[in-house]
Amino acid sequence: MSDLDPIKAIGEERLLPAETTTKSITDMVSRVTETKAPLGWWIVFLSAAACAGLLGIAIGYLAWTGIGTWGNNSPVAWAWDITNFVWWIGIGHAGTLISAVLFLFRQKWRTSINRFAEAMTIFAVICALIFPGIHVGRLWHAYYMLPIPNQMGIWPNFKSPLIWDVFAVNTYFLVSLLFWFTGLIPDFATLRDRATNKVRKTVYGVFAFGWRGSNRHWRNYERAYLILAAISTPLVLSVHSVVSFDFATSVMPGWHTTIFPPYFVAGAVFSGFAMVMTLLLICRTVFGLQKLVNMNHLELMNKIMLTTGTLVGYAYAMEFFIAWYSGNDYEVYVFVNRATGPYWWAYWSMITCNVISPQLFWSKKLRTSIPVMFVVSIFINIGMWFERFVIIVTSLHRDFLPSSWGNYSPTIVDISIYIGSLGLFFTLFMLFIRWMPMIAMAEVKGVLPNAQPHHAHADEDHGHAPAALPSPAE
Amino acid sequence: MSSSAPVKTPKTRPAILLAEFEDPNELIHAAEKVRDAGYQKWDVHSPYPLHGMDDAMGLGDSRLGWIVLVMALTGLGSAFALMAWANGVEYPIIIGGKPPISLPSMVPICFELTILFSALGTFLGMLGLNGLPRHHHPIFESDRFAGFSTDKFFISIEAADTQFDVGATRRFLEGLHPTYVELVEETT
Repeated sequence: MSDLDPIKAIGEERLLPAETTTKSITDMVSRVTETKAPLGWWIVFLSAAACAGLLGIAIGYLAWTGIGTWGNNSPVAWAWDITNFVWWIGIGHAGTLISAVLFLFRQKWRTSINRFAEAMTIFAVICALIFPGIHVGRLWHAYYMLPIPNQMGIWPNFKSPLIWDVFAVNTYFLVSLLFWFTGLIPDFATLRDRATNKVRKTVYGVFAFGWRGSNRHWRNYERAYLILAAISTPLVLSVHSVVSFDFATSVMPGWHTTIFPPYFVAGAVFSGFAMVMTLLLICRTVFGLQKLVNMNHLELMNKIMLTTGTLVGYAYAMEFFIAWYSGNDYEVYVFVNRATGPYWWAYWSMITCNVISPQLFWSKKLRTSIPVMFVVSIFINIGMWFERFVIIVTSLHRDFLPSSWGNYSPTIVDISIYIGSLGLFFTLFMLFIRWMPMIAMAEVKGVLPNAQPHHAHADEDHGHAPAALPSPAE
Repeated sequence: MSSSAPVKTPKTRPAILLAEFEDPNELIHAAEKVRDAGYQKWDVHSPYPLHGMDDAMGLGDSRLGWIVLVMALTGLGSAFALMAWANGVEYPIIIGGKPPISLPSMVPICFELTILFSALGTFLGMLGLNGLPRHHHPIFESDRFAGFSTDKFFISIEAADTQFDVGATRRFLEGLHPTYVELVEETT
């Protein structure tokens, strides 16, 4: 039949239940934005908004008082700020992976989760962008990071990985936003056309850009989507690589390793999938979307987490191996100290959460159990935060001379800003699922069985023999 | 709309003939017939992109790629020019023993700006080629047309087409087995 039918020989099943129609997809997804919010939404939204308020207060206090309100001090000059930055950026990566890389690989199951994951990317990058902005200390000088002509006649040092990071992260944010918005245009048109009151019709109408589903438009639209996917794929690999350059190009033992770029990218995808999983499990239950995001999708995501978790475990092992193999005493010391020194608990939390917990997914029974995957996804989120903490703090706290050694512990301001960033993330996310179509309706419709015409010309770019089916129209 | 003063009914003229279809298979056959009948200003409307519809409508390839290529090269060139000028000419600085204009260290930013400009070119180019945003279009005068974004398919033939004739075109569309045909009018 069509190329959209599952390949039974390799055990593929239909992505969505047989009774799903284009109409039922529209109804299921649009209803979330049209009916009153369930109580659960209000509970999460108000608590998240309260935490986001805490973020505002903490940043205000930081700006007023100075960076000394953080626990950072020589030799641990980077601590929770950069840990949080790398953690948030990493979480964002799964969204781009799902929307762009899986699109290029024609993984049709992505259509149920891509909108969701892209939104997560954007909000995670917003949270990430806060930290480099505030860690400069004098926030009003943050614009020095940008190449703006100024009366001092100086420019950023473009040879610094830190300025590469500014470009990488900002590009990542803007490209993700454009990709997300491109996908939203047809779905905003759906909400506009269903709107029964003038305010909804106007607001969604403005964002729908007057979309009328024209095939002449779809032609350019699909090409745009393909190009955005094709340029986002190298972009997402570059962003975390550039973030890792912040560390790898320095001469700190524990940071100065060539494995960092691929290791950071694998870790980013790993943590991002975990965050998508956590959010997805909550939302599909709260909003009753089990039909559109079903066990097939969840199981495939768990398999990706198993793969990337194992890759990350390999990277941890390889770091130790190379430290030993290098014969460099400082390098060896950093790694032995990581596992057995004052921060041993952080290191072993990381290993437990990131390497051991995803191994449960080898078992089909555990991989398809909702409570297990929820707990594991939370574990991975925690573990990946510890990974960045371990890399940053354990590498810094033992300086080259024992006279310069020190320890780090966070202050209440550090903790408030971290919790606040979670609050901001969930606030934005709650607003998104309430007011925007959280599943890409147009894309899911296009991969339904019988959604595409069984037409001779239709198959030519898929390399199939033309399916000469009798047409009911004739 | 009742009022005391005699109200002139707004003058309208035919804008679009709209045919509604339920099934993508019927739609694609109908589209081929419209194409073969020689209409130029016509379109197909669907809730999601349909495979093979570009051929059925006789449309060529999208030109978007060329716009993006130009933008990508612009991004690459601007990144190089920015860094070479700022760190190499205007305020030369030697960092890490490297010359003021050092190509390897420029790679990440050249790459990022290439991507950024390409993405902007893709998004704005797509909108430009499609003539969007366009919030007013006579097709929205039809009440049934709203169904396009849920599950209905439409073929629209514009009155501006040289072959358009209210009677003949309507009969032509009715011969394509639509579920419904409507003349959409716009006020002049």
